[in-house]
Order: sequence, then C-alpha cells, then structure tokens
Amino acid sequence: MTDPAPTKTISDFEATLGQADRKVASFERDDKTPMHILRNVLRSYPTTIPLLVLILSMLVFGMLSDRFLTSPTISLILQQVTVTGIVAIAQTIIILTGGIDLSVGAILVLGTLVMGRLAVYSGVPAPLAILIGMGVTTLMGLINGLLVARIKLPPFIATLGTLSVFTAIKLWYSHSESVRGSDIEAKASFLLWLGNSFKMGNTSVMYGGISLLLLAAVFWYILQHTAWGRHVHAVGDDPDAAMLSGIRTERTLASVYAVAGLVCGFGAWVAIGRVGSVSPISFDTVNLDSITAVVIGGTSLFGGRGSIVGSVLGAMIVGVFNLGLSLAGVDDYWQMFAVGSLVIIAVALDQWLRRATK
Amino acid sequence: MTKFKTTALMGAAAIALMSSAPAMAAGVKACLITKNNSNPFFVKMKEGAEKGAKAAGIDLKAYAGITDGDAGPQIKAIENCMAAGVKGILITPSNDSVGPDLKKARAAGILVIALDTPLADKDAQDMTFATDNLEAGKLIGAWAKGKLGDKAKDARIGMLDINKDNISVDVARDTGFLMGFGIKVPDPKVLASEKDPRVIGHETSNANEEGGVKAVENLLAKDPNMNVVYTINEPAAAGAYQALKKAGKKDVLIVSVDGGCPGVKNVAAGVIGATSQQYPLLMASKGIEAIATYAKTGQKPKASAGLTFFNTGVNLVTDHPVPGVPSIDSKKGLELCWG
Repeated sequence: MTDPAPTKTISDFEATLGQADRKVASFERDDKTPMHILRNVLRSYPTTIPLLVLILSMLVFGMLSDRFLTSPTISLILQQVTVTGIVAIAQTIIILTGGIDLSVGAILVLGTLVMGRLAVYSGVPAPLAILIGMGVTTLMGLINGLLVARIKLPPFIATLGTLSVFTAIKLWYSHSESVRGSDIEAKASFLLWLGNSFKMGNTSVMYGGISLLLLAAVFWYILQHTAWGRHVHAVGDDPDAAMLSGIRTERTLASVYAVAGLVCGFGAWVAIGRVGSVSPISFDTVNLDSITAVVIGGTSLFGGRGSIVGSVLGAMIVGVFNLGLSLAGVDDYWQMFAVGSLVIIAVALDQWLRRATK
Repeated sequence: MTKFKTTALMGAAAIALMSSAPAMAAGVKACLITKNNSNPFFVKMKEGAEKGAKAAGIDLKAYAGITDGDAGPQIKAIENCMAAGVKGILITPSNDSVGPDLKKARAAGILVIALDTPLADKDAQDMTFATDNLEAGKLIGAWAKGKLGDKAKDARIGMLDINKDNISVDVARDTGFLMGFGIKVPDPKVLASEKDPRVIGHETSNANEEGGVKAVENLLAKDPNMNVVYTINEPAAAGAYQALKKAGKKDVLIVSVDGGCPGVKNVAAGVIGATSQQYPLLMASKGIEAIATYAKTGQKPKASAGLTFFNTGVNLVTDHPVPGVPSIDSKKGLELCWG
C-alpha cells in the first residue's frame, strides 16, 4: 500500500493566507450604538449619575422653595449628612470587597459612648479618650473582619450577629443613660471641636463637614493609588483570581473591616460634635442610611466596582431630598418613598451596567 | 399557622398553670413587658419594678419590645408569661395589637395592668397606671403662653414629635401642649390637625438627641423666627437646644415632658424652660403592689376619681414660674427625678 501523493502542499495553504483576517486577536468592542457608548462612559466614570442626580434634584427643589438654593441651606445639608457620609465611606470599602456591614451604626454609637464616658466620668483627657474610642471601634471592626475572613462567615450574617452583640454592649455599658451636653462642654470640650463652625460670608460651615470631604479625598487616594486599595478592588472583583495573583485575600479582607471600624471611630468624634451630647439611642438609622448612600452613589453590591466620591454624593442626595421635601412641606413618608425609589433605580442601573454586551 | 401556634401555647399555658399551682403558693410570679430596653424611661421603670418585686417576694420576669409600634415581640412575651403561669402582667403596650392576647390572659385569671400607655380596648386591661399625658402637655403649653405674655399671639412654634404614627402618648402630649397654649385642636386623636398659622410644623425627632438636632434645623430652615419649641421628651429637647445654639438663636423657649434627672438638670441649667415630670418608678411599684394584693385577696386596683385610669401624677418643673400655672422648682424636681 502506498500513500497517494499529497494533492496539496504547504505553499498551497499559504497561498490563501492573503485572504485571511489580518487583525490581531481582540475583544469585541461594544461601541456600536449610543446606548453602548453611554454604558461604557458610565462604567468608566461611575460618579457621573449621582453627580447629575444631585445637581438636578437641587435645581428642582430650588424651584419649589426659594429658601433652598441659598448657601446656609447647602451648608446645612452638608452638616446633616456628615455622620452618614463618614459611615458611608466605611461601608463603601466593605461593599467594594463584596461584603456588607450591618453593625457600623452600633460601632459608631459605642465609639461615642466610650469617648464621652471616659472623658466626662473617668477624667481621661479628651484627646486620649478619642484615641481609646477609635481603638475600641477598630477592634470591633477587626472582630467583624476575622469572622468574615478567617471563620468564613457570610458578611451579612456575621455582622447581623455583631450588630446585636454590640447593641447589647452599648446598652449595658451606658446604663441607657445620656452624657449631658453641658457636662461635656465643662469637662471635655475638645470632644465637641468638630461640631464647631467657621463663618464664610453669612454661612457657617461645620468643621465636621470639612472633615468628611477631607476623609473622602484621603480614601479616594488610598483606593486608587496604593497597593492596598488595588487589593481591595481585586478581592471584591474576583477573590480566587486575587489569591492566585498573590494577594493575601484573608489579610486584606480582615484589614478592610478593621479600617472601617477606625473610620466609624472618627465618625463617632464628629457625631459628638454634631449632637452635642452622647446618647445610646441616637443614630439608630445610620446603619441603613449608610448602605442607602453607598447604593445611590453607584457602588455595586456585588463588589469590585464603586467609588468613595459616589457614596458621599449619595449621602448628599438623600440629604437634599429630605430637606428639600421637608421645606416643600411634604410629609416624612414621602421622603422615605423618594429615597426608596432612588435605591431601586440605582440598583437597576447597576444591573444594567454589569450585563455583558448585547 | 399563627393561630395553631397560639392555641398550642394556650394549651401549654393551661398545663403550666396547673402544674405550677403548688409553687405559686410559695412565690407569686409576675411579668413586666416594656416598650424597649434602650429608652431610660423604661429602663428605670424596670429597675423600679425589680426592686419592688424583691421586697414583696414576687418572682418578676422582665421582657421588652424593640421599637415603638411593633407589637410582635410583646405578643411573644405575653405568650411566654402565660406559659410561665404568672399571676399578673404589667405592660407598656407598643400598640393596640397586643389587646387580644391580653384579653386571653385576663380570661386565664391573670391581672393585667397597663403602665404609662392605656390600650384603646377597655377590656384588654384591668387598670392603667399612667401619667395623664394630655395634662402634662397642657401644663407646658400654659407655661409657654404665660411666659410669652402678649407675644403669645405672634408666637412661632415648632413641634418635635416622635414620628408620624400617631402613637397615643405622642398625640396626647402634642395636642395637650397646643390646647394649653390656647390653640384650637379640631381632632385630638391625631397629630397636626390644627390650622393655626402660629405652628410652623411638626417634625419627626425619634425622641432622641440626634433627631432633635435635625428636626430643629429643618424647622429653622422653614422659619428662622421660631421662638417656641415643643419636644416630646428631654433627649429631643437637648438636641433642639444644641441646634438652636449652633444657629445662634437665643431666647427660644424649649418645653418638654419626662422629668428624668438629666432633663431636670437641663431645666436648672436653662437649656429647657419647663418640663412636665412623670413618675415611672411609681407606676412600676404601684403595679407590683397591685399584683401582690390581687394574689393575696383577689382585689383589683381602682381608678383615680374622675378618670378612667390610676393617675400617678405629674408636676411642672421650672425655675421661672408663671402665675396661674402650678409648678415646682428644679431643686424639688431633682429630688423626685427618676434617673
């Protein structure tokens, strides 16, 4: 048996190569329609939407009430969203890892109690009391982090548990009693410092409000331009890929919750300045408010994508809606309705952005 | 499902009642169910009841709801108490949905006493031991009116309520204040039915400091000339003061209800102009006494003359008395305050 002579030679194949696609392997581009282009822009600049919503809502409320678009009112909104905004920064870095922290509010309030009670009742110098308070909140964050990273509990369940635990500790430690504003003023006025304000024209601006903007800038830099920040994004985007590329995911995850605790500790100091006194029953809505702000700010609850600036804008949008509707004489429940609708729209938008090219 | 559960528990309660009969001769069991474990008012009420129970040799178990208006945890607590075979239940009802379960408890021979907040259904309780919250509101309203004098007719009043849910205590104090101030209240059963232009608005304060700050900020944004602030309780009043101070507003009258020690200290410090003091420890200790008497003699407590409930009393605490409005000073108030 002899093989038949080959009918085609290599050069025959090569002869047709000229007709082949000459492009190098590439991703399919999805800039076919204006919709696709819009989606790409929004993916690359996630803060565009919250910024537009903020500007638009301010214009609308400005038309509804002539008191709204004045500098005192705008400063007031900043003042009202300061604590929520700071907690939202903590919540953002956690949600970036695909997690969630339901205990941030309890951590914040415990922080205020430790600072207030140490400084007023135990005679600890105010700056030291603040540091101890921030240490305690960092520790509480770390406990959350270890539960999530080491014991591998789902973040929702782990922090739901610690929410109850921290709330119980809060009530036990405080005996359900407030620390009065005048006692703080007399013995530890430094605790109130961030609640002071300076004049800009006819507008008084609270230091705490400025601290929110500075804190946002610091965390924007950390998340965008440091190794740790990139690790946080990577862990949230795809933990397996992050681990395979050499990131110590466990350590990163645990540190994220601890940092969030630290941020809540700073928020506690601001909260004392804002309210003037320390009470275990204050700030009972800040938990969910912070998540609301993060979601409206365009951070994906699935992790990996989002921004600090968006969350601060999200907090401000909620503040604008609340004060705007209140000035327009609209009842509380319609404020809740409006904020709830915003959340649903924001999450729907996120789903649309996540979808593959079609 | 719920129905089955309830009947099953009722059965369990009946068995518990029978089996624990000999033990009851030795020590009477009782239950205290408050609205929550975070508001100092209820925490002190619990402490007062526990102290009284210890003295009377009563075995007291304390339960608490979670939020105002949420009956679920309280219904569970009532079921637990019945299962434990108690002789009496002291309850601060979160809302009227606990009524049917309390009726079942009464039918099982348990003495039911509502503390602080009466139930709408008269048959759901044997007696209410409470502050006359309408009267408490009227006192601070009359005081504010007297303090303003001629300026009362141009007053700009901000109202800090708990929320918009028309909780009975919230409505009674709010409308009481308006009536005391001389403002017509067309419907005393709901908040904000008045049409008087002197009232700037009703804001939600959640009865705490932080909510008080925000509520006053919102009211000042509506009307910077506000000169009277009514507050549902003293924590909200402390927040209101803070917001007014930051806005540079002096000479704004703040009135409140509660009479807790931090609140009375705030009256002495000039933060709060006047507050109506109530006596939760008295409610609790009277309640325990009533259960002890009922266990011994089967006698039930009676209402105060002219009222449908047992009035534990209310005093106006202020250091700036106004003619025609009876009051005590902050020194006396501090002796009587409840922690």
